[in-house]
Amino acid sequence: MRMSKIVRFGADVLFGAIVIFGLYVIMHGHLTPGGGFQGGAVVATGAALVIVAYSYEEVIGMIKKTILMAQESAGLVMFAGVALIAIGLGTTFFFNFLANSGSLFGMTVPFGPNPGELNTGGVLPLMNIAVGIEVWGGLAIVILYMLSGIGKTKEA
Amino acid sequence: MRKELSILIIIIFGLFMGLIALDLTFGEPDNTAMDDYFIMNGQEQAATNNIVTTIVFDYRGFDTLGESTVLFTAVVGVALMYRKMVRGDADENE
Repeated sequence: MRMSKIVRFGADVLFGAIVIFGLYVIMHGHLTPGGGFQGGAVVATGAALVIVAYSYEEVIGMIKKTILMAQESAGLVMFAGVALIAIGLGTTFFFNFLANSGSLFGMTVPFGPNPGELNTGGVLPLMNIAVGIEVWGGLAIVILYMLSGIGKTKEA
Repeated sequence: MRKELSILIIIIFGLFMGLIALDLTFGEPDNTAMDDYFIMNGQEQAATNNIVTTIVFDYRGFDTLGESTVLFTAVVGVALMYRKMVRGDADENE
């Protein structure tokens, strides 16, 4: 069941803004309120908007379920993998080996209130990105599966 | 009879929880050693301004790993449940 042209145009305009805002929440998870779970949910609402505005048959051509499933699995593997790398470096599971190291996300943070810097946090941004990818794929595929009968129950 | 019994149980349970709530003090817990440790050392040890993210992903990373696993399992369960309902056109949906 396809919505009217106004709804479809509105969904087209809003989709980009929603995805970019969700990616912003994921990326700034170690600086601002939010993080991987919240940002992934925001991106998944973009998928929900497109599915509601267009018919299921049209959306299934744009978004593949196998890709979303692979994305979800990749997020979980990346999350556990980042935690496992710390064991490979001779420390404990989930040790923050990138913090204060000066490399990627390795800048030091002064004590007390400060404006914040994106290039800080050690492995926390990586884990936020991993969880964000996982939640994004997971919630989008749940929405996709649950709306899979939306066109069939409607009797024209 | 059942209705009166239900109302009685609701009143007793409400009084019970209300009396407990009257004794609680919010905002001034007795033991603040844990909070103080996170607040004093979180920025230095994890190099992050957001202490909540530090706790969720660093100090209690195992908890977040379990959360992610729960989400993954839930999604796999939904996928399994709905896969059977759309078996007829499963091939073109994949």
